Parts: sequence; C-alpha cells; structure tokens
Amino acid sequence: MNPLLSVKGLTKRYGAFVGCADISFDLYPGEVMGIVGESGSGKSTLLNCMAGHLTPDEGQVVFDTRADGPRDTITMSEPERRMLGRTDWAYVHQHARDGLRMGVSAGGNVGERLMAVGARHYGQIREKTTDWLGRVEIDASRVDDRPTTFSGGMQQRLQIARNLVTGPRLVFMDEPTGGLDVSVQARLLDLLRGLVRDMGLSAVIVTHDLAVVRLLADRLMVMKDGRVAEAGLTDQVLDDPQHPYSQLLVSSVLQV
Amino acid sequence: MTEQAYNFAYLDEQTKRMIRRAILKGLAIPGYQVPFASREMPMPYGWGTGGVQVSAAVLTPNDILKVIDQGADDTTNAVSIRTFFERTAGVATTTATKEATVIQTRHRIPEVTLSEHQIIIYQVPIPEPLRFLEPRESETRKMHSLEEYGLMHVKLYEDISRHGHIATSYAYPVKVEGRYVMDPSPIPKFDNPKLSDMAATQLFGAGREQRIYALPPYTEVISLDFEDYPFEAAKADHPCGMCSATDSYLDELIMDDAGGRMFVCSDTDYCEARQAAGYKGKDAA
Repeated sequence: MNPLLSVKGLTKRYGAFVGCADISFDLYPGEVMGIVGESGSGKSTLLNCMAGHLTPDEGQVVFDTRADGPRDTITMSEPERRMLGRTDWAYVHQHARDGLRMGVSAGGNVGERLMAVGARHYGQIREKTTDWLGRVEIDASRVDDRPTTFSGGMQQRLQIARNLVTGPRLVFMDEPTGGLDVSVQARLLDLLRGLVRDMGLSAVIVTHDLAVVRLLADRLMVMKDGRVAEAGLTDQVLDDPQHPYSQLLVSSVLQV
Repeated sequence: MTEQAYNFAYLDEQTKRMIRRAILKGLAIPGYQVPFASREMPMPYGWGTGGVQVSAAVLTPNDILKVIDQGADDTTNAVSIRTFFERTAGVATTTATKEATVIQTRHRIPEVTLSEHQIIIYQVPIPEPLRFLEPRESETRKMHSLEEYGLMHVKLYEDISRHGHIATSYAYPVKVEGRYVMDPSPIPKFDNPKLSDMAATQLFGAGREQRIYALPPYTEVISLDFEDYPFEAAKADHPCGMCSATDSYLDELIMDDAGGRMFVCSDTDYCEARQAAGYKGKDAA
C-alpha cells in the first residue's frame, strides 16, 4: 500500500532560527498521526509546511493524488495545490474564526467548498449542508444563522463540517480543541473520532494536549526544538516514554 | 484662468496615452481589471472621476457626447459632467441616445439599442465583485487569476437563504466570455442582459480604485445564478406613467404623503421620445 502522505527531510528556517528540521514520516490511509510538543517546538510550522501555507526550505511532501498518483505538493503549481486544498485536503484551524467566514451564514460556510468545486444547484447544496450540520450536531434550524451567534464549541464543529463536506482524504488539524472547556472538548473529540473512523480519514493533529492524541491518534511524534524527539505508537510513547523530554511531557500531565 | 488654458478634454496628452493603453489592455482581456494611474480630477471621488478620465481619453473633437445619471440627462451629475466637457473639450453634446457617439453613464444602460459606432462608458465605484466577501486585494487578484469563483456563488446562496430568491438587484455579478467574473457597475439587473452581445464598445472606469476594464463589441456576458434559481431581469410591474412604455426600467416617484406614487421611465430620453411620438401614460398631464 502506498502511503497517503510521505514527508521527507522537511526543513523550515526563519533566518538563523530553525522552525523545524529534517522531519520525515509516512502516513497511511486511515491513519491518524499526532504531533505533540511544547509551544515553539515547531509543530505548527511543520503543519503549515505540509498544508502548503508555508514554503519549506528543504524537503518533500509527497501526496498520493487521485488522478496522478504520488506528487510532490511543494513543487506542484499553485493552482493544483489550491485545488487540493479545497478537495482532498482540509485544514481545521485552532481558532474557528480563522477558518470560518463570520459574515456568512452557517449554511453558506458549509456550502462554500461545494460551490468552489462547481456545485450550482441551490437545493442540492442546501440538502447536503443541512445533512452535514446534523452530523456535527448543530440543529438544522440554525442553518441561516451567522457563526457569530454560535458558541465556541459550535463554531469549531461548524468549521469541521465546512472542511469535511467535500469528502477530503486528509485533514490537518491545528489544536482543534484549544480554547474549549473540558466537557465541550470531550464531545468534540467524540465527534471527531466518529467521523475519522466512519469516513476512513487520515489526519495529522497538532496539539499540546496529550489526552487528545491518546483518544484520536494511532501514532505519535514528540517534537522538541524543531526536531523529532521520539516517534512511535501512541500508547507505546505515552505509557513508556524513552526520550527525557517525552518523559517530562508525560509526567507533567496533572492527574485528577 | 481661461478655458483655453486647458488641454483638449482637460487631461494632458501623456495621461490620456496612459489611460488609452489601459483601455486597450482591458479590451484585449475582457473583464480583467487593469490598474491605471488615476488622476486627481476637479470633482469629488464618487462623482464619476473614473468615467470622466476614460471619456477624456477617448473623446475626439468630432464626438457627440451624452451624459446620463440614473438614466436621466438632467440631474446634477449628468449636467455638471456634460458642462465640464463642453468647456474643456468644446465637443458637441446631446441628450438623444441615437445621436451620441460617446455616452458616459452612471447606473443605467439606455433603453435604445446601441450601435457599433458608439462607446458607452460606465462610472464604477467598486470594480472588485469579490470585495465584500474577501477583503484582501492580494487574495482577490489570486482568485481572479486562478478562476476561483466559488465565493461569488456564496453571496447568491446567502441571498436565497435569507430572502427566498436572489435579492441582489443591482451590481449583479457577471461572467465574461466564460473567464472573468466582473462587476457591471451598479446598473440594475434589468440591464444585465443588454451587456451581452452589445454592438457598442463598453468601457468601465473606477477613479478612486484606479481600475479600468472593458468589454469589446459582441462579448458574451452571462449573469451568475443557480440551476434551480435562474437569473431574472427584474423591473417594477407597471407601465410608465408618462409614456405608457412596458419594456423600460422604471423609477418610483412618491407623489404625496397619502401613498400616492407614480412609475416613470428612468431613461428620460426614451420617455420624451415616446411622448413626442404620441404615446401617453395615465399620469401624463
């Protein structure tokens, strides 16, 4: 089986400062990869390089496209990359406000990706939109309300619906549960886990919350100072951390 | 200072050359917004500085100029721009659509079908159709260059979800020759079908935003819509009160404070020509 996403020697520098250095890993279809580390460890830089928001200095991000098989997304043309960004890829921002159009109704937000890939039938767009709002547990009566009237958890769920409506194969998530209270977090994680399993999605999740990766991720990568400190199966890394930094990370979690 | 101190049509020749280059580029790429170095004009922004500069660049001494504002030849904007060119260019002016060779317009296309020897110049306040959906100019330019126009339909979607039909009634977005999405300036959507396949050359000037765009004669212009909510050219469902025309775009006039109202053609030349030909509406004196 071909890996869906294959990252090879990815490096991004900000002048003399290293954002992330020499990162390599493979992600197979249906697999969820967690990336953890402290603030400033290069997690978000890595994610943005993979998603095409930043241009890395070195390395390859090879994606198994539907049409042409494995392609390096860094050297592919911008129209092709942007096309991937609204079809096979999805990007869930930490702050829902970054990923949503706040001046457009919930339905318009979800429908935008459909219209971007050519849907021109209002009734069908509407039907699919309403269906997706139901899947992320937003009441259908809120379809014409603006996201500004939604709670933080609802905005985040709306952002997820907006991203998944075109049936992407790979989802990038940047701290999807950041800024939400614990009970809302738990529901969101439950929802995400269900969607990932049902749709057979692959995902790369960046977070500093070990509980999130414990629940969602199959594999885990621990980053420190822009490099990979440790990588392996999630349970293995969390239950038996080998690298001193991983040990510190695991032991810093508050036990209730 | 005497009027003779001005160059023909107010602008200096170098400026007119620069504007003509932008116009030619616009004609070569229909619907594409060409940046140009808009000049300070002796009138405030929003009063047609873009249209005036384009008119100045295309006017020749033999031209006959017509200026309309919301269809009317006798409103402030139309009168002041017409006088401006009478004084600075000395060109002949007219209010008859058929006689004019250059027509500068704000918010309307004349009812009379235009011909190949005419140029119509639109005053444009905001040339970017995606502006109120995507505030970043860098991003809208990229969306134009990559033909990413899904967002334009989000606006129409919002209209239908809120009002049950496409409620955008002016500045209705169009697609030019299957390529560029264009703002046709704030003309009522009733006029949108006239844009397509028009014999006259259509030029659009936005002074404050420093953009010129153009439609060469016989360009295909299609109004955006949904399959199940097709585009409709809407007008008030009345005949004109003065000339009884049923095929023209109408203004609604409030006559008194007891609910009295009257519908008249917004195109004054069209209405007057019909009245002169003997047509009489129910409100005509």
